[in-house]
Amino acid sequence: MKKFYWALWIIITLCISGFFVYKMTLSDDKSELLIGEATHGHYQIEMACTTCHTEAFGGEEVIQNACTSCHADELKAAHDSHPKKKFNDPRNADTLEVLDARYCVTCHTEHQDEQTHAMGLTIPEDYCYHCHQEIGDERESHKDLAYDSCASAGCHNYHDNKALYERFLVENANGPWVDAMAKIAQLNGASITAPHAMSLMNKDFTPKTYSAESDVSKGAANSEHWDNNLHLEKGIGCVGCHQANEESSEQWLPKPGVNECQQCHVNEAETFKQGKHGMRLAQSMSPLTPEHSKMSFAEESLTVEHGCTSCHTSHTFDTKTAAVDACLSCHTDSHSTAFEASPHGSLAAQVSSGTLPAEHGVTCATCHMPRIETELLGKTLTVVQHNQNDNLRPNEKMIRPVCMSCHSLEFSIDALADPELIKNNFNGQPANHVPSIDWALKREER
Amino acid sequence: MKVKTALKRSLLVGSFVSGSIMLSACGEPETTGIAPKLYTDSLFAVMNADRANYTKLVVKRLGPAGADVVKPDEHWEDLPNGTLLPAQMFRAGAEAVAEVTDEFTYSLQSIWPINSQNAPKTPIEKTGLEYIAENPGENFYGEEELGGTTYFTAVYPDVAVSDACTTCHNDHKDSPKTDFKLGEIMGGVVIRVPLGSS
Repeated sequence: MKKFYWALWIIITLCISGFFVYKMTLSDDKSELLIGEATHGHYQIEMACTTCHTEAFGGEEVIQNACTSCHADELKAAHDSHPKKKFNDPRNADTLEVLDARYCVTCHTEHQDEQTHAMGLTIPEDYCYHCHQEIGDERESHKDLAYDSCASAGCHNYHDNKALYERFLVENANGPWVDAMAKIAQLNGASITAPHAMSLMNKDFTPKTYSAESDVSKGAANSEHWDNNLHLEKGIGCVGCHQANEESSEQWLPKPGVNECQQCHVNEAETFKQGKHGMRLAQSMSPLTPEHSKMSFAEESLTVEHGCTSCHTSHTFDTKTAAVDACLSCHTDSHSTAFEASPHGSLAAQVSSGTLPAEHGVTCATCHMPRIETELLGKTLTVVQHNQNDNLRPNEKMIRPVCMSCHSLEFSIDALADPELIKNNFNGQPANHVPSIDWALKREER
Repeated sequence: MKVKTALKRSLLVGSFVSGSIMLSACGEPETTGIAPKLYTDSLFAVMNADRANYTKLVVKRLGPAGADVVKPDEHWEDLPNGTLLPAQMFRAGAEAVAEVTDEFTYSLQSIWPINSQNAPKTPIEKTGLEYIAENPGENFYGEEELGGTTYFTAVYPDVAVSDACTTCHNDHKDSPKTDFKLGEIMGGVVIRVPLGSS
């Protein structure tokens, strides 16, 4: 009997071990290994474990390298106020024992979704106090401020202070809350980069006359595919997209995807895959659908797979549709549903009806997928940042590239610090005033 | 990593001959490695020369007081022709060094800092900065334990080599001292060398 129990114990142990070895090595579904739900920024790829856990052993440095492999560029672009290199000196040893600022996971611990609050923080919001406690004594204006208000009241951020540093406040003080002549930058990026990419491919993009029965079966006779076809207007025929993949250039692709689009639209696809909409594709996972999300979305769009054509409807690729209608077909939160009745929504509607020139229109994309200047092909081009998350958190990231195209710095700071105003999509004036510009101006009088 | 190894190797090889001659004569066990004081003195000589040259030959010569083609500015990254202030240039060097070696670290500090994060933190830093301020021309050396490691810590005077230094500090709204003069000590360069875990 004793032998039986020993044998049973060994078999059970082997089965359990085998199960987990299989899960760790061969299985695509690793949900049993998940130690806790990932945060709103990573749950999309939580099953792609090796994205962050690049090595089985190695500790904090391995995870740190994983963080920076995706986020280093954006931190650099933000002129990160607290880069790791500031804390390497041993004079910081005492402080690092309290808050080890060299590692992202000190403040942003993953798989603790229940403890994660704004900005993906998993520590209390009074973290600034550990190193900057003297400011309350040194500056009269900061005397009675709450310890947890530094980075939550619209005045400072831990990483990105590009729109909040003191001299920027002073130099941009006292503007009118809205500029009557505000203009949104007009795009020119794709119209230059895409033809350049095409010129590098050994391929004939010219539209052809379709008559064969096989062409008809591919939709060649469908007028919807020809009318208002933006690519056709640019001299690109069906095969430009439907036989775009160089590896299988003879094969007809019924539904070209991001891989095909990105052969010409490199910047657009790359930034799309950096954001929440496309980050699963960057990890070779299936496309994101709204049902993956923890947020609530329109019932009828829960299974829409996110790629280029989910927003840029084929074959018209109407950017106006992509800039508002596509967003609102999924997003049903109060900020989104309030858009059409908001001042921004009114501008967008007037542009659509032709009563205002295009440069005065403000759409969802104007703020969340802004037009940015970038150096490409030796030129300064205006392109669309397709990473919707690039300026989302903290929202002060929007101030310089977006809000200040039309509004004063003061109004922008106040508006973005007002949660109710954000909910109603900026339909009104901010309820409270953030005094940071006033304090900065006062210090200038010294 | 390669730089770190090369640095270790050059220090060990360079000091091996002199170390052997000095110690073998006394019958003491042979040790290798450069004396920490000579090491930090040499490092400071390079740092100080580069710092003075950047201040005089770039900031003063090409900045607003000279040809006015670059703008030395705290927020230099936000300006198309912006360049680092001398103190930022020094710190950028310290941060770049920290990315390739932990055999030494250095920082620029002051008992009159514009940014309070650059005020002395450890007792040795405080004592050293006060010592060099009260004893112009002298350096300060000591040992301290930080985070379980013992360090040889040297503090060297940082002298105002150009009126670009004094004007900027005297006019800055956050400067606790506003009467710096050319040639005066404005702060100190703190260099640390780990001696081993305690």
